[in-house]
Amino acid sequence: MKYFLKKLITLIVTLIIISFLAFCAFQLIGDPIASMLGTNATPEAVAELKESLGFNRPILVRYFEWLTNFVKGDFGTSYSYNLPVFGMVMPKLGVTVFLTIIAFLLTVVVSIPLGALAARKENGIFDRLILIIDQVVMAIPPFFIGILLTCIFGVALRLFTPGLFVSFKENPSGFIGYMIFPAISIAIPRIAMTVKMFRSSIISQMQKDYIRTAYARGANSKRALKEHAIKNAIIPVISFLAVSLSEMLASCIVIEQIFSVPGIGRLLVSSIGTRDFTVVLAIVMILASWVVIVNFIADIIYQVIDPRIRFN
Amino acid sequence: MQKNKIKKLNWMVYTGGIITAIIFIIVLIGRFYTPYDPSAMNGQLRLAGPSLAHIMGCDNFGRDIFSRVVEGAGTTLTIAVLVILIGASVGIFIGALTGYFGGVVDEVFMRVCDLITAFPSIMLALIIIAILSPSEKNIIWCLAILFIPSFARVTRSEMVKQKSQNYVKLAKLMGAGSFRIIFVHILPNMVPVLLPTITIGFNNAVLAEASMSFLGVGVSANKPSLGRMLSESQNFLVTGAPWYAISVGLAIVLLILGLSLLGEGLQQWRRNR
Repeated sequence: MKYFLKKLITLIVTLIIISFLAFCAFQLIGDPIASMLGTNATPEAVAELKESLGFNRPILVRYFEWLTNFVKGDFGTSYSYNLPVFGMVMPKLGVTVFLTIIAFLLTVVVSIPLGALAARKENGIFDRLILIIDQVVMAIPPFFIGILLTCIFGVALRLFTPGLFVSFKENPSGFIGYMIFPAISIAIPRIAMTVKMFRSSIISQMQKDYIRTAYARGANSKRALKEHAIKNAIIPVISFLAVSLSEMLASCIVIEQIFSVPGIGRLLVSSIGTRDFTVVLAIVMILASWVVIVNFIADIIYQVIDPRIRFN
Repeated sequence: MQKNKIKKLNWMVYTGGIITAIIFIIVLIGRFYTPYDPSAMNGQLRLAGPSLAHIMGCDNFGRDIFSRVVEGAGTTLTIAVLVILIGASVGIFIGALTGYFGGVVDEVFMRVCDLITAFPSIMLALIIIAILSPSEKNIIWCLAILFIPSFARVTRSEMVKQKSQNYVKLAKLMGAGSFRIIFVHILPNMVPVLLPTITIGFNNAVLAEASMSFLGVGVSANKPSLGRMLSESQNFLVTGAPWYAISVGLAIVLLILGLSLLGEGLQQWRRNR
């Protein structure tokens, strides 16, 4: 419990620091007045707009106001669309989170068995094959995997129409059928990394004394692996997978561009282009919260499965 | 007969080294000579397929893709080299000092590094670029800043290990100052640790630059760069010019494969030493 509280306080403090830094950074450079009024604005008009937007008050006051509104779900108004940011971001966030979660499930389901199979016979044919494929796959950037998948499944096999996003409301099964390809593009590099990590984790566990004991007590290699080594080998993989959840969210930013998925990543990139900083700030805060919360959950899970951490 | 203590380099170092060397040579030649002018347009060759004259075909303006890939790889590599030069020198410098002296500064610095590395680098790069506004110079600074923690961490942890070694104690006994010990005695001993880190960092820098240009926030639109070409080529996947995307993509893959094999191989070589 003490560990949990300590981590929870760290989480909140981290989020406050990040939000303050992000807010200040975007306030310092993100002066919307010039872009809203153009370069020919009279000083009076600038002063008036500054007054009405509340830009004359001290930054700390503005920060606390923004933070309380943000927590309540008021993300401000977009400069370029003049719409509430909350309404722009939330439906897109749903799409991105869905994409991340499918990619994550794919990674777990594929990489754990593959890693265990490769480790079962170190330097066997299957193991070597997996290692070579792994090394090549890790060199392919996710966006090129996305393009290759579009080429093969979209253009050649016509399993989906590239660029024609199907929304969940219109056609739920079509939505899943479309989203599976971006999810695979995000998952493939992660699968390669997880397989590699799980494999070497198992191999290092198989050399430990308790495995020798298991053999001495009559276990065969399959049983030693299945009932003893895997349990311990999976501990570092779980924290790696948790970190992967953040990395996958970041991959979404790129993959959404390729498959024209209307997610938060596309909105972020286009808002950076139009310098719409209320939107950028809101998305940055959402992404940062995701990363910090995922790391928090990883710490807690880690501590539950490996109680030694608590006492260190 | 005395056995050679340094273990032989493995196949990954050789394969990765050869791929990287070939790419570097082609890119270097490309600075002075490319088969065609990378920006010369030719309407008749619009989206022409690969042929003996144009081995990777032509793009939507009839420009030779191979020449553009060579030039684009040059842009990407130049940025990556600068990023690593800045990131590694600052990172190694900070890591060496904080690792050697320890104390509060070390503690605070490592916490900051932890915070930075907790975030995916693409995410951070985009945020910094959003603040600085997209340009080639800003991409270099932004990526260089993001690469500092990885170098600082490795250097720091190795420095902590090295500073209790006997040769450091001896140097101290002989009256060497702290800076002399750090930079003349310890740092040269850390080269085997730093070499794979630098190679892997270089690999990541290439990938990061390509991703940023792919998103359109990297180098300016009129300069060929691998990421941007790949994002442009995407429009012609469906309209019957898939070789454009595939040849540009393969160039990126080859570049990253070479570097990652080299980095991985060097790391294994260090472990087996």
